[in-house]
Amino acid sequence: MAKTHVTMKVNGAEVEGLVEPRTLLVHFIRENLGMTGTHIGCETTHCGACTVDIDGMSVKSCTMFAVQAQGSDITTIEGMANADGTLSALQEGFRMMHGLQCGFCTPGMIMRAHRLLKENASPSEQEIRMGISGNICRCTGYQNIVKAIQYASAKINGVEFREAAE
Amino acid sequence: MIPGSFSYYRPASVADAVKLLSDLGEDARPLAGGHSLVPMMKLRLATPAHLIDLHGIAALKGIRHDGNNLVIGAMTTQHELLASDEVAKAMPILHEAALLIADPQVRYRGTIGGNVANGDPGNDMPALMMTLGATYRLEGAGGARDVAAADFYQGAYFTALEPGEILTSVSVPVPPAGHGYAYEKLKRKVGDYATAAAAVVLTVSGGKVATCSIGLTNVHETPLLAVDAAKAVIGTSLDAATLKKAATAAEAIMAPAADARGPIEYRKHVGGIMVTRALQRAASRAK
Ligand SMILES: Cc1cc2nc3c(=O)[nH]c(=O)nc-3n(C[C@H](O)[C@H](O)[C@H](O)COP(=O)(O)OP(=O)(O)OC[C@H]3O[C@@H](n4cnc5c(N)ncnc54)[C@H](O)[C@@H]3O)c2cc1C
Ligand code: FES
Ligand code: FES
Repeated sequence: MAKTHVTMKVNGAEVEGLVEPRTLLVHFIRENLGMTGTHIGCETTHCGACTVDIDGMSVKSCTMFAVQAQGSDITTIEGMANADGTLSALQEGFRMMHGLQCGFCTPGMIMRAHRLLKENASPSEQEIRMGISGNICRCTGYQNIVKAIQYASAKINGVEFREAAE
Repeated sequence: MIPGSFSYYRPASVADAVKLLSDLGEDARPLAGGHSLVPMMKLRLATPAHLIDLHGIAALKGIRHDGNNLVIGAMTTQHELLASDEVAKAMPILHEAALLIADPQVRYRGTIGGNVANGDPGNDMPALMMTLGATYRLEGAGGARDVAAADFYQGAYFTALEPGEILTSVSVPVPPAGHGYAYEKLKRKVGDYATAAAAVVLTVSGGKVATCSIGLTNVHETPLLAVDAAKAVIGTSLDAATLKKAATAAEAIMAPAADARGPIEYRKHVGGIMVTRALQRAASRAK
């Protein structure tokens, strides 16, 4: 099958590549661009490990073709740190609140939480849980992931983070 | 899991998409959000030779009023339905049901057109559209035609869409002010398809149900209108005996497949419960 030339912006930089139409976006990101932070967990659109941010949407990149992303603006976990290299509020939250164990689901969790906080900077616990319901974690029991997102929300809003009484 | 090879097209107008579909013949398929089609392609349950991506067609987007109808462009996503004040105000049941579909990522991509055109008995929008009395606009090389949602579903993955036709919009009559509504969906976890679900839209007058429409999701190879169940509640105050009668009438037309969501008897039983709950909740909301 003839290859197609695609161009898009990934983490602020223009990138290009030659892909077959059937090349999934997640494979383009991992194999053509060499950015392996975006993970493949299930390939069946269930786990959310492959979540990236595309033109203001959280998207499971295993269920979109690279040709469909032509011209779009994508952020992956590699683009999440602050410009000066320090950790963003969300990354810091996952670290401080122990929001991960093996870390496999973490890039997808952070990319999903990133869009959630952009749409609602002060989500309730229930809104966080519904907001990450497309992301599966096999290790943490979610409790600390929720705390990590609450931590980031507090930091973004410039208020002190307090853990809710258990 | 990588799909088979196909060629990819991104037309800019409905006319171009229709022309491509009819020129390329039976092996060409429209691609909307891709969240039903791409998983099927990865499993090689679908092997289209040509994909016609509808994302470049601006005319398929947007929600507008047309007289007493809400006209929703086929490429409107579930996420956009949830963000629409228009939908929340005029058709809160659509908001309630959209929120029960899949998860946030899937809702950013999945479209109303793809959900209703797919023909999967598990999709939530078809039964809802039948309940609301919606009409689908289909456009092909020979022009446009309107098909009632109630006449659209003919079998699992088998619909009234003819080869070369695209569903361009869904037109939904706005239910009367003060109507009661509920979409009750039993699922195994957040993000799952329904084990069974029921949609109810009703009006109440003088403490009695005046009009009622009931739709059923995933309890048959097509979505269903539970006509006898709806008839059974009209003129009543939804007492326990009436609710039981309605649930029994609804169960009588269910023919679910046994699958990972449960055996046939179980799915019918919980289908009846969804009808009961939806009726009660809808009545409690009616003014
Ligand atoms: C993990 C997961 C969970 C899900 N859970 C649910 C759920 O709970 N409830 C639910 O309802 N859905 C669920 N879905 C399905 C999801 O909502 C799909 O997005 C939707 O059913 C299909 O819409 P789409 O826009 O993605 O269509 P696509 O996948 O692009 O297309 C589906 C089919 O419709 C055809 N088609 C699409 N648009 C048109 C058009 N305008 N005219 C003619 N034909 C067209 C395509 O050719 C294809 O055959 C789930 C999906 C996933 C991945
Ligand atoms: S790998 Fe994409 S959702 Fe699991
Ligand atoms: S930390 Fe291991 S899967 Fe989430």
